[in-house]
Order: sequence, then structure tokens, then C-alpha cells
Amino acid sequence: MEHIVIIGNGIAGITAARHIRKLSDKKITIISAETEYFFSRTALMYVYMGHMKWNHLEPYESWFWEKNRLDLKKGFVEKIDTETKTLFFKEGDTLRYDKLVLATGSTTNTFGWEGLDLKGVLGLVSKQDLESLEQYAPNNLECPRAVIVGGGLIGVELAEMLRTRNIEVTFLVREKGFWTGVLPNPEAEMISRHIQSHGVDLRHETNLDKILGDADGNVRAVVTKEGEEIPCSIVGITTGVKPNIAFLQDSKIETDKGVLVNRNLETNIPGIFAIGDCAQQREPIGYRPAVEAVWYTGRMMGEVLAQTLCGNNMEYNPGHWFNSAKFFDIEYQTYGWVHSKRKLKDHEAQFHWKCESDQRCVTISFHKDTNVFLGINTFGIRMRHEVIDRWLTEKRSIDYVIEHLKEANFDPEFYKKYEPEICSAYTNQQTITA
Amino acid sequence: MSTIQRDMSLTGDPKSINTQQKIASALGLTGFAILMAALFNVNFPNKTLWLTISLVAMGTGIVWFARAAYVHKHAGIKNDGVYFKSISSRGLWAYLIGIALTLFYVALYWFPQYLGVVKDGDNTGVVALFDPLSKFLSGNPASQWFLYGTLYTLAILSFGIKFIYKYRHNKYEIIRTISVMFFQLSLAFIIPEILVRLNQPYYDFKNIWPLNYELFAGYKIDEFLSAGDVGLIMLIFGILSIFVITPILTYKYGKRWYCSWVCGCGGLAETAGDPFRHLSDKSQAAWKIERWVVHSVVVFVTVMTTAVVFSYLKGNESQQISEWSQLENKVIFMSDAEGKPIGERILAAQKAGAKGVVFINEDPTKQPPNIEATEGITIDYAIVSESENAQALKNIENGKGAVLLNDYPNGPNFSIAEKQETVFYDNLWLSKDVFIWFVIILLTLVFGWVMLFKRKELAKDATYGAIGYFVVVISILLFTYFSSPGKLFFFDAYQLRKTYGFVIGAMFSGVIGVGFYPIFGSRVWCRFGCPMAAILGFQQRLFSKFRITTNGGQCISCGNCSTYCEMGIDVRAYAQKGENIVRSSCVGCGICSAVCPRGVLKLENDGMNGRIDSNEILLGNDVNLMDLVNRK
Repeated sequence: MEHIVIIGNGIAGITAARHIRKLSDKKITIISAETEYFFSRTALMYVYMGHMKWNHLEPYESWFWEKNRLDLKKGFVEKIDTETKTLFFKEGDTLRYDKLVLATGSTTNTFGWEGLDLKGVLGLVSKQDLESLEQYAPNNLECPRAVIVGGGLIGVELAEMLRTRNIEVTFLVREKGFWTGVLPNPEAEMISRHIQSHGVDLRHETNLDKILGDADGNVRAVVTKEGEEIPCSIVGITTGVKPNIAFLQDSKIETDKGVLVNRNLETNIPGIFAIGDCAQQREPIGYRPAVEAVWYTGRMMGEVLAQTLCGNNMEYNPGHWFNSAKFFDIEYQTYGWVHSKRKLKDHEAQFHWKCESDQRCVTISFHKDTNVFLGINTFGIRMRHEVIDRWLTEKRSIDYVIEHLKEANFDPEFYKKYEPEICSAYTNQQTITA
Repeated sequence: MSTIQRDMSLTGDPKSINTQQKIASALGLTGFAILMAALFNVNFPNKTLWLTISLVAMGTGIVWFARAAYVHKHAGIKNDGVYFKSISSRGLWAYLIGIALTLFYVALYWFPQYLGVVKDGDNTGVVALFDPLSKFLSGNPASQWFLYGTLYTLAILSFGIKFIYKYRHNKYEIIRTISVMFFQLSLAFIIPEILVRLNQPYYDFKNIWPLNYELFAGYKIDEFLSAGDVGLIMLIFGILSIFVITPILTYKYGKRWYCSWVCGCGGLAETAGDPFRHLSDKSQAAWKIERWVVHSVVVFVTVMTTAVVFSYLKGNESQQISEWSQLENKVIFMSDAEGKPIGERILAAQKAGAKGVVFINEDPTKQPPNIEATEGITIDYAIVSESENAQALKNIENGKGAVLLNDYPNGPNFSIAEKQETVFYDNLWLSKDVFIWFVIILLTLVFGWVMLFKRKELAKDATYGAIGYFVVVISILLFTYFSSPGKLFFFDAYQLRKTYGFVIGAMFSGVIGVGFYPIFGSRVWCRFGCPMAAILGFQQRLFSKFRITTNGGQCISCGNCSTYCEMGIDVRAYAQKGENIVRSSCVGCGICSAVCPRGVLKLENDGMNGRIDSNEILLGNDVNLMDLVNRK
């Protein structure tokens, strides 16, 4: 019986394992050094906030693994010998595989600042990160102030977490608005205001220079490039993530930022595949980045790879881009491509609507010349994935989308509907530009 | 250091409460202390005043506490620190409150004397404190049930306002909560009391069988029938609620229309029970137990109710009169000529102490029956024509005296004095045979429909369970029908109802259902015990437009939905595979949708086709792969 070994028990690895089991009888082993069971990484924040306990993060009960004959092994793979198809563990033992799937995810990306090794400098990627946060920032007596570096999705989550324990947060963001590398400016500015309204000391256009420690090796303060010293007890590093592939350094598996794979998700070594955050496409697919560190893409790669491993050779060929997040109280969904100012395409025009409450806004991007609908960002309004996905496939015009927007509404019953307002804003804007 | 602004009232501990909340708690506890003082027999001089102070203090305390907790914060999900607080995470406070609530329920059901209920005398203790309000509403002194009803309503109203503050960004939750508050205050609390004041039967219109398992108890039917048109309307409404209103509304909206919009048990769970909703057990094992237990309760209540109605109908037959019928000095009316000879019935009535017997000949075209076997009859009897004596019979029913004309030309007329006690037999349009066949046919139709058209939607164990229970119930009913008239199931109907009342009505719905809120969550009764919820759920699962739609591929398996599902549904298990949630137990509270950080869940009523739609490959992936794998 073929033995498939998966390194990493995150969404990519587990999805692959589940689908392989559905399609075949192969022996499957899943290795993780982080946790015994699969958990939802995107929900780490809720444990610190007291919304859930750790076991709530685990989507499957513990009997699931044995019932589906998915062998779980806790261990850290230090070395891979691709010639003998053997894994060497830090703990000293070894494991042979027939096919190997690398699904090792990400680690915190840093920029080599001084003081990164101090106690209280942490990211928010792993269970261990959560444990150190609980250790260094249990309350606002032990940790009166935290500094977060990097305005992205993890940064805003960390800010929200710390605020639930009334810890003062200074949030250093390199750009003029929150996440402007991804969001169009009006949206980024609205989210910046929302973050500030939650008592976060949000500093735009501020960069970290170095982290200062005290005599015991604990964080004492940070110094910004602008020269200000900000006292703090912890420093959250949330300047993105990078593939977790350090253990592959001495192997024959070809890597760049991540593990290089072709469209079949196969590495340069036959029989070894990489999926999820740690994989890097040799050629980026469409507008997608070569390394896609998103929950959904991890899952999709797992779904696809299971087909390939079970004899139905399949390329990773994702459909329309989508993603979602929540910034404190404001939910965000995106479908298709709505580019930030920096990345705006030549053909891309955008229609923007913002609610008076400053809690909701919508941006729809479309082709300047053909009026074809290209993507939508919504904040504070839920959209129906299926409908928007269909419109993207059907290449509907922006006029059609605006007119039918209510069909895509996914807000709970009795919620106020904003489509008439959006529609009239669109019509008025057209009259102005016409 | 100048940038650090620390709010000194907060320690940074998410479970701490602010100054206003402390004052509000003190106020609420003061109101509660008055009740406790009354419980320990402090005799308050002005009960109206002290009761008002107590109720207002508790209500205001709760509302103020909620205001202080939520209003200064942004609108949005407010679950910070839920698992750090002792009271909401099965800590010491949870157990203390659980024990206190349980003791209260035990006293309420079995030891009302400790609350101050005095048999044949004026109330004392805490029940006496509620006398003024009860007298104001119904004209009668309070009972332990009135005290319970008042506190129950106060809890739904004040914690309902708390819930609205908490979910003030969510219009579905606001409207739903106003609805349960309204139904509790009006239909459950005030209207029944006013009905009593107007000398009408006590009736909570929204309390539908089988949740209201007493609806068809003999004493209740007598009460309805003796209350004239109003009573009849109530009885008809009760029956319509079961067979017409409930199925239509459940088809259109799912069982939520009842369980989280109307029902009192649901109302308390959604308001006072909200802080405990996450404590429900989400394991698959709990689900298996739930299905067996709750459906067994349905079987129990069906058998029990059938037995009770059957025995009531049987008791109405003049053939069944025996020397133990307790008819001292009463005049007996009967009209069924079939079966046991009329003479024997008169003799039986005589042995039971009856003063006289009147046989009413209902059909004027028919000859009056001959009375045979008259030997030994010493009391007066007569056969009278209904049409000839219409006015006289009406007078008798109204307690006036009358003279009935004998149907036989030469027979003596039958005089009845004013205020003579009478008993009417054979006066129901429904016979026990028709009834039992009605039940058998109804159950067979439902069972047959499910097995023929919905079998593939049932899990294997559900099919076995359904067949097993169906065979058992139908055998009991057939056995009853074909066995000798003396037999009534294997149990006495009255005992059966008493047992049900004790085990299910009191122990399950009261003591475990509410007493254990802080340990097992707020919907233990609704999930494991309520036969009404089970029947509505059965329909919701198989024949309803309601579902919770999963939004394409947006689920991140975070677990908020499952954690905060009060019914213990593992919502995430469905959402993460892109499957709509169509579960019997879902009460449609909407909290899974509210707490979802990615906008994945939406409660909807839509067509029956493709209601479940399970997908192995979620939306967003390669369309060819989706087609390949999802095509089944």
C-alpha cells in the first residue's frame, strides 16, 4: 500500500488527507510539530479574547482521525533524504514515505530589526505564538502597552485581541492608511478610522527602527525611524508571513521564497509536492501572487492535489479570487479583483460608495472600455459568493451588477438594504462624469 | 509615558465589571433580597409597595447592568471574556446559581409550602408577597405558579432588553426578541389571568400540544366544554394550532417561528439563558443521545395523550357507568341506545347512588327504545324526546328546574328541581372508536409518507428507530381497540399522565431544563426533552422552506458558529463543506450567522429544491474539478 506522508496539519495538509481518504485506501500519515490535532489558525484570536477555548478551534473530534485511518504523528522534521525517501526527525526517529506532501505553512516575516530576540517580541501565526502572547500580555498590569508593527490582517487582529484586555496599543503602519497595499484608499481610510475608534493609537507612515530591551532581556520600548521612543511590554511583528521552509535548506528540493512547484503542485523532485502557504508557483497564476498565503487557497490546493495523488492528474487552476476578513466590527469580503491604488491596472476603473455611518462601503471595479465587471469589495455588507462568482464568469457589465446587486445580498433578514442608495450614487456619479 | 492613558476602573481583566455595573448589581440584588426576606417569613406591612420595589429593583438592575456593559462599546459581537468568567464557563458561580435554581424548582413543583402556599388558608412567605398583583389581575390570591409566572416574565423582559443591547446591530435578533417578550407578557402572563377574572378557562393560546400536555386532560376538556362558546373556541383553536397553524408556519418559516419567536421556554433560553448558550454539548455522541431521547418523549406524549383522551371518551359512555361512578344524588342523562341494555345501566347508576336516570331519544323519527331488565330498579327513570323537551333540557343545563315529557304516551313526566346536580353521558360527538382509528390512521399516514417519499433523507438508525416506534405505538393502539372494553392500554391513563407530568413536565423541563442552564446551556429541555420541538423539527427537516445557507467557499472553520449554537449543532461541520444546515433541532435563533466573522451563514426561507446541497469541493476552485466531484 502506498504511503503518503503529509508534513503539516493545517488546512492544506488536512484537506489533502481527507480527500485522499475519500478517493483511496492509501496509508496516510500527517506530521506536525505544532499541535496534536488540526485547528483553525484563523481563529487563534478568539481564544485570547475568551470567545472560545482551544478545543473549539478543532473542526474534528478526536475520534475522526482514527475512524478515517489518518495517522497523526507529532514531531519536527529536520531533514529530508529524497534519495531514500526518508524523513529524519529532531526527536531522533525516521519515517519512510512513497509520496511526500509539504504543507508546512508560514512563519512570521521579519526585517532583521535589532532586538527581535528579546522576550515579548512575537508574531501571531502558531499556537506557540498564542501561548507567548498569553504569557507576556496576560493583562494590562503586566503589559500596559503593546506596539504592533505592520498594517495587515494579522496586525489588526492582534490589536483587537489586546484591546479586549484593555491593553494600550500603538499600531505602526508604514503606509498612509491601513492595508493600502491591498485596499483602495477610501476603504483603507475608513478602516483606519474604525481602528482608531477602538482606542488604538494608529500611527500611519511610521516605521520601526529597533526594539530596546531591559537588563532581563525583556522588551522595554521600540524606537521608530522617525526617532520616537515608545515604551511597551510586547512587540507584535505582523509584517506579513513567509513560507516555513527553513528545514529544506540542505535538501534537494528546489526553493525560492517558497517551495517551487509547477501547476500540478509538484516540486523538482518527482513524488514530492507542496501545497498551501509554503508553495510557490513557478509562474504566478493570473493576478495571484506566486505564494498565496490564504486559508482558502490552501484548501483548494489540498482538494486538487488529492485528485492528482489518486490518479486523476489535475492542475491547480483556481476560479475567481475571493477572500474575507473582519476588522474589529467591520466585515470585509472581496470577489474578483479590486486593486489598491498602487496596483491599479490600466484598464481598471472603480466605483466607490460609502455609507454615512462610516461603517460600510462598497467598491466595484470594472473595465474602463468594456464596462465589464471585474470585482467587488464590500465592507459591512455580506455578499453571496455564488451570485458574484456567476456574474464574474458571465462577464456582466457594471450596470447589470449595480442593478441586480440586491440579488447578491447575504445580510441577515430584516437588515437595512443599501442597494437603492448604492444604485442612486452610481447613477449620480455617471451624470457627473458624463 | 504621557501617551499611556489607563482607565483606572478597569484592571485589564476582561471579566471585570465597571462601577455602574456594580451599582446595578447591588440594586438588582436588593430587589432579590426582598424576595428572600419574604421567603424567610419577614412579613411586609404594605405588600403592594414592597413587591413593586422588589420587581422594579430587579428589572432595573438587570437593564442598567446591560446598559453599562454594552452601550459605551461599539455595536457588534460581545463575547469577550465569555470563557474567562466563572459564571459563563462552569466556574464556581455557575454551580452556585445552578444549585439555587434547582432548589427553587424543586420547591416550586413538590414543596410549595416552603414558598408560602398554605392549603385552605391565606398565603404566607414569598407567595403572599405576590397576592396583591394576582388579585389585581385575576381576582384570586397568588399561587406558587403565579409567583413563578411573574418572575419568569420579568426575566424574559429584563434579560430581553439586555439581549437587545447586546445585539443592537442585528435587526433579526432585535425583532425576534421583542416578539418573545410580547408573547410572554401578553399570551402567557396577562391574558390567562384576565380570562380567569372573567370566569373563563385559564388558557395560554400559544402553549400548544404536546408542549402543553395537559390540553386534552379530562379536567381541561370539561373546563372548556362547560365554558360555552369561549371554551369551545379555545378547544378548537388548540386543535387547529396542532393540525393547521403549526404545519403551515413551520413549512413557511421553519420551527423558529415557534421556538425562538413565540415559545416561553425558548423565550427564557434566548434571554436569561443567552449567557450560557455556548455550554451546549457539540459532540456527535450528544447528538445521538438527543435524537433518541427527544423522539422517545414524543412517543411517550403521544401514547399518554391518546390514552387520556381515550379514557375521557370512554368515561363519557353510559355503558361504562358502574357502582364506582360516584353519582350520589345526581340525575343521569344518557342517549346511546347501542350496547349494554339500558336497564342494566340504570341499575348501575342506582348502585352508584344516582337519584334518577333520563334517557334522551335524540332521533324523533325513531321509536323510543324499550327498557328491559328493569328488575331491581327503584329510582325514577324516563325516556324523553330531545326535540319535544328542547327548552326544558336547556333549562336543566343552566341549573334551573324543569319538567320533562315522557316519550311514552302514558309514562309519567320527570320533574327536576332547581339546582339539581346532573351528569350527561353520551353527549360527545366523538366516540372512542372514531378517535382511536383517527390516531392510528394519522400516524400511519405520516409514517407512510416519510417511508415512501423521504426515506433517503433519513439516516439508517433514524429509519430503524422510526419503524420500531411505529410498530410499538400502533400495536398498543390496536391492542387497546380489540381487547375487552375494560382494558385501557397497559397502564392507567391517569397514572400515565401523572408520570409524564412528573418526569417530563417537572423534572425535565423545569429542574434540568432551567436549573442546569449554567452547566449544560440554555436549551437542554428544548433539545433533549421537548416533544413539540421534536415534532416541529421533524417537519423542518423533511418539509419546510427553511435552511441556513452556507456562503460558497467563505468558511474558515473558526468554530464560532458551533460554539455559540445553543442547540449543540456542529454548524461548522456543515459550513466548511459548503453544505446548507437543515437540522431538526435548529431553532433559528440566528446567532451562528451573527457571530460568523466572514459572513458565511444566512437564515433563509426558499424553495424545497436543492435545500441541502452538499459539496465536496467548495466554490472558488477549478470549475472542472467542482463539476467532477460534486456531480453525483
